[in-house]
Amino acid sequence: MIHFDNICKRYPGGHDALNRINLRLPKGQMAFLTGHSGAGKSTLLKLIAMIERPTRGQIFLDGVNLNNISNRKIPYIRRNIGIIFQNHHLLYDRPVFDNVAMPLIIQGYRRQEIHKRVRAALNQVGLLSKEKSEPITLSGGEQQRVGIARAIVHKPLLLLADEPTGNLDPELSLEIMQLFARFNQVGTTVLIASHDLDLIKLIGAPSISLQDGKVAHNGLPFTVSNN
Amino acid sequence: MRNSPHRKNRLRSYFSHHLQVSLASLGRLYAQPAATLMTTAVIAIALALPVGLYIALDNVSKLSSDWDGSTQISLFLHTHVKNSDAQKLMNRLQKHRHIKKIDFITKEQGLEQFRETSGFGDALKYLDDNPLPIVLVIHPRIKENQATTTTRLVKELSKNKLVELAQLDVQWVKRLYTLLEIAHRSIWVISTMLAFAVLLIIGNTIRLDIQNRREEIEVSKLIGASDAFIRRPFLYTGLWYGIIGGLLATIVTFITLLLIESPIHRLALLYHSDFHLHGLGFAKTLLLILISCSLGLIGSWIAVSRHLKEIEPC
Ligand SMILES: Nc1ncnc2c1ncn2[C@@H]1O[C@H](COP(=O)(O)OP(=O)(O)OP(=O)(O)O)[C@@H](O)[C@H]1O
Ligand SMILES: [Mg+2]
Repeated sequence: MIHFDNICKRYPGGHDALNRINLRLPKGQMAFLTGHSGAGKSTLLKLIAMIERPTRGQIFLDGVNLNNISNRKIPYIRRNIGIIFQNHHLLYDRPVFDNVAMPLIIQGYRRQEIHKRVRAALNQVGLLSKEKSEPITLSGGEQQRVGIARAIVHKPLLLLADEPTGNLDPELSLEIMQLFARFNQVGTTVLIASHDLDLIKLIGAPSISLQDGKVAHNGLPFTVSNN
Repeated sequence: MRNSPHRKNRLRSYFSHHLQVSLASLGRLYAQPAATLMTTAVIAIALALPVGLYIALDNVSKLSSDWDGSTQISLFLHTHVKNSDAQKLMNRLQKHRHIKKIDFITKEQGLEQFRETSGFGDALKYLDDNPLPIVLVIHPRIKENQATTTTRLVKELSKNKLVELAQLDVQWVKRLYTLLEIAHRSIWVISTMLAFAVLLIIGNTIRLDIQNRREEIEVSKLIGASDAFIRRPFLYTGLWYGIIGGLLATIVTFITLLLIESPIHRLALLYHSDFHLHGLGFAKTLLLILISCSLGLIGSWIAVSRHLKEIEPC
């Protein structure tokens, strides 16, 4: 599903955030991305979501070389990805339902379909009763789950999460990680950046550990090809 | 793409999406009535000003084309020409295609007029002979009051053997038309400048709008919104500014015309004229609103293409 081929990322200013990364994440795999602060976890996820472009090397997403994707085509790549942010990035000027519906509206779904899917997504994160609430009235964990519902509502092939449990209590963190595991069980590829090693052990998915922009440890099962 | 809905539904939802976006943009304007009113009022003033000038100029032009009657050529005949010959000449000239009307002024009438206007009344009594010639006052038939036709007519008439002098009182008409031409061009310049002002106003308003909705734009980009999708609400906002500004300008113009119509009519009556104020008319009103809409669209397009790029991610 994801294939990093000798990826380097140097930010303006000369700092090498990623240095010669080689990775293969098979389709349907769930994996964690760990490493110290500044190791390059967020950078790696941003490269997949095309928020940043690599300085050198190639990234293949579901067989597509992202270097060949023009800026104009980026939205269509992102539509296959669900992204979850640490600070959930909800819009506070509209209710929960409208937040979750955004990916579907962007992709031009019909109203009934939007209604059905948004309610299904909210149901999966256990927030169906809150569809009319304003996000500001929800707790941190609930807001994070709204963010997750928004990321999965269009049934993406790939879920990327950048420290989704960063500021949640352990119980809620586990709940959210289990939610990701459930999406993985129905076939979604999941990649989660996190420093919570205890939680990672609890979930039991393989992890890739980054150190100073390099892969320090790769717990992924070896695959010959994943195109 | 795996999850895409069917094509036909997609087309239908495309239009309903446009409708929704345009209404949502209008709703946003409605939610901030004071700000909206201020922006659209400035646009309306910037539009109504050149429109008012245009209407004024248009009316002056129409009025002055009624004045082709006041362009006159006075044909002073030789003093020895008799009334009968002059009459024959007049009958001939009346068939001329550039002549509308001829007034015949006999020697006696001329003397009478001279006596009344000159104040030499008593002195004239001592003249045993009338020294004045017969005068034919020619009213040319002029389309759009073309000074050249009249000048040519004067040349032609002065070649006649009976004519001593053909005098044209056209200089002031020429001056008037030059003035009107200058006014016309000035209006174009003013309109162009004000159109730029409208572009700037709308552009700046949309820029602020983009800043206020930065978060929404960022999130939309991250979840795969195309540039067109992100641009759309702002373009509709610009369009609405254009429509509302144009309508306001029309209303302002209409009310102004209504206010000055009856005094102008009274003034016209004093001059024994049946002059009526001409408004903008349906087609030109439509044009005004169309121009206003275009300015709204162009202004927002400029703002959007300049400022959306600044928002990360690309
Ligand atoms: N936009 C940027 N411009 C310049 N340098 C950057 C930028 N983003 C990240 N970096 C640098 O790149 C390195 C990797 O950053 P990154 O955000 O990927 O780390 P991380 O592993 O996600 O850390 P954390 O756990 O603190 O989120 C850091 O040294 C950071 O300072
Ligand atoms: Mg990070």
